[in-house]
This record gives sequence, structure tokens and C-alpha cells, in this order.
Amino acid sequence: MRHILGPLLVILAGFLGWEVLHFVVANSSLPSPFETIVQMGVLLRDPDFWKQASQTGYAFGIAVVLSTLGGIALGILLGMGRLAGQVAEPILVNLYSLPKVTLYPVVLLIFGLGISARIAFGIMHGLIPLTLFTMNAILQLKPVYRRSAAVMGLTSWQTAFTVILPAILPQVITGARLGVSLCLLGVLIGEMFAARNGLGYMVTHAMERGDMPTVLAVAVMIAAVALAANGLLLALDRSRQP
Amino acid sequence: MSPALASVAAPVPAEHHARLTGVTRVFGARKGTGVHALGPVDLDLNRGEFFSVVGPSGCGKSTLLDVLAGLSSPTAGTAEFEGKPINGVPAGVGVVFQEDASFPWLSVEDNVAFGLRRSGVDAAEVARRVDYAIGFMGLKDFSKAYPAQLSGGMRQRVCIARTLVMQPRLILLDEPFGALDQQTRLLMGDELLRLWRETGATVLLITHALDEAAMLSDRVGVMSARPGLFIDVLETGWPRDRDSRIVSHPRFGELTAHLWDKLRAESLKHLRGS
Repeated sequence: MRHILGPLLVILAGFLGWEVLHFVVANSSLPSPFETIVQMGVLLRDPDFWKQASQTGYAFGIAVVLSTLGGIALGILLGMGRLAGQVAEPILVNLYSLPKVTLYPVVLLIFGLGISARIAFGIMHGLIPLTLFTMNAILQLKPVYRRSAAVMGLTSWQTAFTVILPAILPQVITGARLGVSLCLLGVLIGEMFAARNGLGYMVTHAMERGDMPTVLAVAVMIAAVALAANGLLLALDRSRQP
Repeated sequence: MSPALASVAAPVPAEHHARLTGVTRVFGARKGTGVHALGPVDLDLNRGEFFSVVGPSGCGKSTLLDVLAGLSSPTAGTAEFEGKPINGVPAGVGVVFQEDASFPWLSVEDNVAFGLRRSGVDAAEVARRVDYAIGFMGLKDFSKAYPAQLSGGMRQRVCIARTLVMQPRLILLDEPFGALDQQTRLLMGDELLRLWRETGATVLLITHALDEAAMLSDRVGVMSARPGLFIDVLETGWPRDRDSRIVSHPRFGELTAHLWDKLRAESLKHLRGS
């Protein structure tokens, strides 16, 4: 009960703050929570909304799968080769801090205006944090784990799957939580800047029409999906703990 | 003891269980330019004895253990276990490390069973041995618990139990109680003596605690500062069924004083060298 109460209060406070802001700012530029919820109901019954949502979901899903698999594989590779890891880490950290949106025109030129550009942009956001987390997890692995595995006569495959993998899993899940939310960010930015479909496009289009309730309704729903994905991974992480 | 042991042990003279001859270990790219960590060291471990190695920090005690465990090979010299040269981790050798090596993602029970489950032993036998080892190490009430819920001493018990289930004939311990408080260390020493008596295994204990070595061992090897050499081997003459109460025996004080006498100059060398 107590761990539900906290988040519930935060949500309530958020809505209150929103309501207050709605009265302070001109009404037309910031619709009230109530208007937003009404608009959400309208959208949820609109088949066009679902078409756009499925576009975003498709791009997001592929970006998540590819950046997760790629990030873990790359992280393991860089973590195993100590020199490779030492060379790669500063490069990755600097790449990560680049404002990637400035490179989006380049991505568009390479992948074209279709969905693949948005998937690529999502991966560009999500891949690096997961790679860094996985790599560091392997570099920080207690040497005694590997020595114990050797003493118990485990083969390299047994060591990899029954010792190293479970040992790095907590950090990999943390990296995945970051990676998944950044993937969503990448895909949405992609849709907002150069697309004719997807939820990102829907938001920009609604903004051009001055349809603020739609903008906020979509934003709230995307936030809910992002929080749900994060919560799911958090629950996965906690389920392994005693 | 397993019947497999008898056939291996038969041609070996009973007194030699493991033997190091002229073992040297040099770290670094080429001989002569690297760090000379150990040796040349000769060591004969008698079957069933409790041998401790004491020495100043960085004298190569742990390197010696690594060579016996097959975790690193000597730069020069030979290492044998039960008459066969050590090449990789030999079957029948168990190691307990100083650091906490329990796996936090497994329960105590699964930690203890971990190595055994992957060694081709059938499930019923695994369950029997795990049950025994958990009971022996006093972990019965914690078998479903996770390492994070246990104290450092209890986690080290888990690691010892994990080694015990493999039924090692030679148990190597690398400062296993180094991270524990003094009272816990004395009690763990008792546990170790009980384990040694009941399993009949040969025990090699690496320690920096002179009192621990004096209390637990049949023989204590004193090592010099780097490169580590044995400068003395001391026979304690304790009866086999001893426990930590022998610390009140006058001989315990004499032994500890003798060890310190031998080690003082060597420890000073290390202190000045670093």
C-alpha cells in the first residue's frame, strides 16, 4: 500500500500543478487536465490515432530489439578486450554527449524519408548507454568469480552463461532502462522532424493547427507508455532480488 | 573417500600428496626483466596434514597457492599433485578465496550446489552432499537465504561449503578469514579444524595471522620477503583433535613468538621496500 501511495501522490501533485498552470497561463495554450483527458478519449476511439500509434510502436519495437541486442553484444566484446574497451570508452562517452539531433539530416540522407531513418535514429540514442553499462559491468566483474568458476572446473561456455551473464545482469538491466527510453526519444524526434505518420508527426501536425488538447493527450499517453516500460524493467530487476 | 582415489594414490609414496620442486614465478614479459615474485620454492605436502604458510605482504604466498591450484603455471620448476604434474585445475583440489566468492544471484543452497551440478553428478547425490555440507557448516536455517542477507562470516561458510561438496582431497585456502573480525576468525578456525579432521583432506592455509597459523597447523612454513622463499618450517606438535582453546597453552605463545622472530626482519624489509 505504501509503495503505491507515493507515486499516487506525485501524480496527484502533477495534475494540481498542471491545473494551476492552466489558470496562470492563457487558457488556449495550455488545456486543463480535464480537457486533455476528454481529448484522450476521443483519440482512443479514432482509428487514425491507432494507425499512427502502430507506426510509432513498430519503429520503437525494432529500435529497442536491435539496440538491446547490439548494445549487449558490443558491450561484451569491448569488455572482454581490455584494450578495446579502454580505447572505446572515451569515444562512446563523447558520442553519447553529442546532440544527435543535429545529425538527423545525415541519417535522413542515408536512410531516406521512410521508417528506417527513424529506427536508425532510435538506435543511435539507445545503443550507446547499454553498450557502456554492459562494458563496465564486465570490466568491474569481481575476478574471484572467474577464478571460482575455473576452480570448479567449468568450461568457458558454462562460465559465460552461468557466472558472467547473471553477474552483469543488474547493470545490463539498468542500461536497458536508459536505452529503451532514449530509443523512444529518438524515434519520436525522427517522426516530429521528417515524417508523414507516427505519433511524433501527429503532435507536430496538431501544434500547427493549434490543437493543444491533442498535443497534450498524445504526450500524456506516450509518457504513460514510457513509464510502463521503465516500470516493467524495474520489476524484472527486482524480481531477481531476494 | 572415493574409490577413484585409491588407484591414483597407490603408486604415490604415502607421505607426498602435493609437491613443488624449484618453483619460480616471474611476472612480466621476459625472464630477467619482470618481477620475480616467488621462489625457487620446494614444498612437500604430506597427505592429511594441515600446513600453513605465513609471510610478509607481497611475498608470493598467493602465487604459491595459484600454482598448486593450477590457476597459473610456474615460470620454472615443477608442481605435482598425487604424483601427476599440475596442468590446469586438478580434479580433487578445492580452493577458498579471501574475497567473498558467493554468487549474489543464487540462494545459499544453489550456491553450494553450483559446481557439483555442473560436474555430472546425479541429482540425488547432489542433494545428499549439499544437505550434508550445509548442515556441517551450520547453514541449515539459511539454505533459502541469499548472500546479501548474510554476514561476511556466513558468506565465507557458504564458499567453504561449496568447496566441501566437491569432496576435495587437497583444500587450498587463501587468507579465507582475512576480512572477518577476530572472534569470528577464531570460531571459523575451529570449523576448519573440524572439517579437516572429518574429511581427512590435506589443507594448505595461506594467512598473514601468525596466531592463526600457530593454532591451526601441523606445520607452518615461513616465507621471506619477495622473492618468496621458505626460510623456516616449524612443527607445532599439536594433537589432531585440537581446537581454539589451545591459545591458552604456553606452547601457543612460544610458537607465535618464534614465528614473529623469524618474520620480523622480513616484514621490515617489505615495509622499507614499499
